[in-house]
Amino acid sequence: MGSMIIDGKTVEFNGETNILQVIRKAGIDLPTFCYHSELSVYGACRMCIVEVDGRGINASCHTPPEEGMTIKTNTMELRKIRRNALELLLANHNRECTTCERNSTCKLQDLAQRFGVRDVRFGERDVKAPIDTSSPALVRDPNKCILCGDCVRMCKEVQGIGVLDFANRGSKMVVTPAFNKSIGDVDCVNCGQCAAVCPTGALVVKSHVDKAWEAIYDQKTTVVVQVAPAVRVAIGEEFGITGGRSTIGQIATALRQIGADKVFDTSFAADLTVLEESREFIERFSEKKNIPQFTSCCPAWVKFVEQYYPDYMDHLSSCRSPQQMFGSIVKRYYARETGIAREDMFVISVMPCTAKKFEAERDEFKIDNNPDVDLVLTTQELARMIKEAGIDFAELEPTSMDMPFGFATGAGIIFGVTGGVSEAVLRQAHEVISKKELTNVVFKEVRGQAGVRAVETQIDGITVRLAIVHGLANAGRLLEQMKAGEVSYDLVEVMACPGGCVGGAGQPISFSASEIRSERGKGLYREDQLQQLHKAQQNPMLNDFYQKWLQSPGSAEAHEALHTHYGSRRRIDGEAISVNEFDSAPIEIQVCVGTSCYLKGSVNLLKLLTKKIKDEGYEEQVKLRAAFCCQQCAGGPMVIIDDKVIGKVSGDRINEIVQLIKDKLRVSAS
Amino acid sequence: MTQAALSNEVSVLDWLSSVIEQHGTKPSSLIPILQEVQKQHRYLPEELLTYIATAMNLSPATVYGVATFYAQFSLAPKGKYIIKVCDGTACHVRKAMPVYEALRKRVRLVDGKSTTDNKRYTVETVSCLGACGLAPVVTINDRVYGQVTPDAICLIIDELEKEEGDQA
Ligand code: SF4
Ligand code: SF4
Ligand code: FES
Repeated sequence: MGSMIIDGKTVEFNGETNILQVIRKAGIDLPTFCYHSELSVYGACRMCIVEVDGRGINASCHTPPEEGMTIKTNTMELRKIRRNALELLLANHNRECTTCERNSTCKLQDLAQRFGVRDVRFGERDVKAPIDTSSPALVRDPNKCILCGDCVRMCKEVQGIGVLDFANRGSKMVVTPAFNKSIGDVDCVNCGQCAAVCPTGALVVKSHVDKAWEAIYDQKTTVVVQVAPAVRVAIGEEFGITGGRSTIGQIATALRQIGADKVFDTSFAADLTVLEESREFIERFSEKKNIPQFTSCCPAWVKFVEQYYPDYMDHLSSCRSPQQMFGSIVKRYYARETGIAREDMFVISVMPCTAKKFEAERDEFKIDNNPDVDLVLTTQELARMIKEAGIDFAELEPTSMDMPFGFATGAGIIFGVTGGVSEAVLRQAHEVISKKELTNVVFKEVRGQAGVRAVETQIDGITVRLAIVHGLANAGRLLEQMKAGEVSYDLVEVMACPGGCVGGAGQPISFSASEIRSERGKGLYREDQLQQLHKAQQNPMLNDFYQKWLQSPGSAEAHEALHTHYGSRRRIDGEAISVNEFDSAPIEIQVCVGTSCYLKGSVNLLKLLTKKIKDEGYEEQVKLRAAFCCQQCAGGPMVIIDDKVIGKVSGDRINEIVQLIKDKLRVSAS
Repeated sequence: MTQAALSNEVSVLDWLSSVIEQHGTKPSSLIPILQEVQKQHRYLPEELLTYIATAMNLSPATVYGVATFYAQFSLAPKGKYIIKVCDGTACHVRKAMPVYEALRKRVRLVDGKSTTDNKRYTVETVSCLGACGLAPVVTINDRVYGQVTPDAICLIIDELEKEEGDQA
């Protein structure tokens, strides 16, 4: 605690870690590119410089507050340095603002405007780097990157992955995935958080607005729209409605005005998920099988497990996410009910999420190549369409959603905030296990903003241990602790985005993320309160639906339509390492040295195998390769002989492989 | 470990895993490990970098970042003979570019490649080798050639080819 003088005013500080925070608290909006309160301090952009009496010019994000400091934030020299820095950034930046996705939400544009930069005295960059559109969720335009490193730190520190990093140096420096690969060819989980912190248009969410219009304009197609819970408390921000106020009624009106044929609520499918997932949980819990159960609503988290924790695949709930459950029931049952052919129905999701774009494209969710969900729009994209259509959103008369899938309970609505899925499942599990009515539906202990919340709760005298996690770095740490036997849980809820879906990268862009996120979260809890029903099992539309099509949760039909199975996944595409030089040998053997097999000792296995083959005199008949991940990690170490895949190969199975080689050679000889 | 020993006795992978074992998997070992790979292969093959990332539990992007930061590392294969044509001011004025063009043509380098397909030659330009009195200057590995003309560089290559041919 203490005080300092900022621009002549005395300002108290208390716990702030740098003077930038104190200055902003004093109401001065000091410019920054590379500072984010939730990431480590990088101190590279120099926009936040201030003059500290007796110490000269310092980066305020880097300087801890001290008693009695005297600080000036606005002097002739500071202004000159900032403007110069801005001009240098602009010189290296592709300045096609009018056609940029981030036009009007770009920090560089905003600051150039604020500082009145009217002329860039330095030349433009002459070579244009290619734009990377390989990812289903993101577009990367290196020509707009200002090297602030925000995305690098976000992906490393919050998501624990490290897809992006700096490469090269000097004037050639870039921020790029490994080996300059496309972002779609590496271990990106499509969470989009890097794009959410990027101050410019260098990383943006891939837009599908044009495709949405096409479907809407096509008279033959019936456009069915689902709206995720978190969208309703955020889209208003684009139209001056703040404070996490729900605008679900306006969204319904706007969508109809735009041309949607049916407007439904993803929260209905979330209610459906609650019933399926708690049934699954109760079964696993009582059999002590694949416990802890991991939630599977977040596609970024699912991909994370597929890539890094193949041995925990069976712990993922087999439930599809609410988005995919919705797509499935609409195209299976609603199509039948309304007599519209699957191909003539076009399902659009409006999501707070970028990873949902990836999820909708997964093969698991297609029938005869026709996807259950045809297109995913983010909250931002829907806002853009509303603006494009010239609709005055704030003044719209609210209308209600269409039936039957427009009816949701509070349980389905709180899915959009961290802890919501757990709470919704608890509301159901309590009644099933205790066979008594649950009167107090609020589980305060699972709510909150801490990155990992461990909770023990009693259901009818039985203790259930929950962990609620947001941010994949937190999830990774938790899994490591589980592996090491330091912690154990029964149910683990994970959302990749900070704050849960309300903090999704598809939500309106804001540079004070954490406050806005918590407002949106509160908005969802308020919505829950306002509903008449708070438990998924009370949803009358859902109960009718079960009766008509699925019988009961967990039935064979429900499994077919609502559940799935995920497999392990390679982290990075690339070539295998040649282990010997017999490239034209008749037999090819690949030993997997991807992370999982590596940890299971595949390198040693390869060594033994090489020696054995040599000792037996087959050396020149076999081309040996060390490959990176054959996507069957749980069965590792994996060996592939031509196209035969053998799993769980240990040292004592080497003879078996040699026998296979002999057989093959005999066959080809005869 | 020598190149000969590498191809006869142990596989690349055994060699690399022993290098990693020697240096340990703490992040500070990355540079020495990359140095050994560079020495052994004259460049850093992508698949070996991926393996290093796996073994050291680092993100491949981080390994790539370090590998591209230092000038001593090369991500593209380099030839047995690294030929540098100086294009500093003095050499440029004394017609270094025609020498460079003649050289590329002589070793049949096309499409902006800098290393020949047989991995024999890598041709680069540098800005000033500090021997301006001899301009235009060319170095081949560590040997310096002064006042080189397009014809002269072709003769030098002819010589090298003869040596290589004799060896084969
Ligand atoms: S989308 Fe997420 S996982 Fe992919 S690079 Fe960005 S932050 Fe990393
Ligand atoms: S891509 Fe964006 S966030 Fe990442 S370094 Fe470049 S400007 Fe910064
Ligand atoms: S915010 Fe301080 S240097 Fe960028």
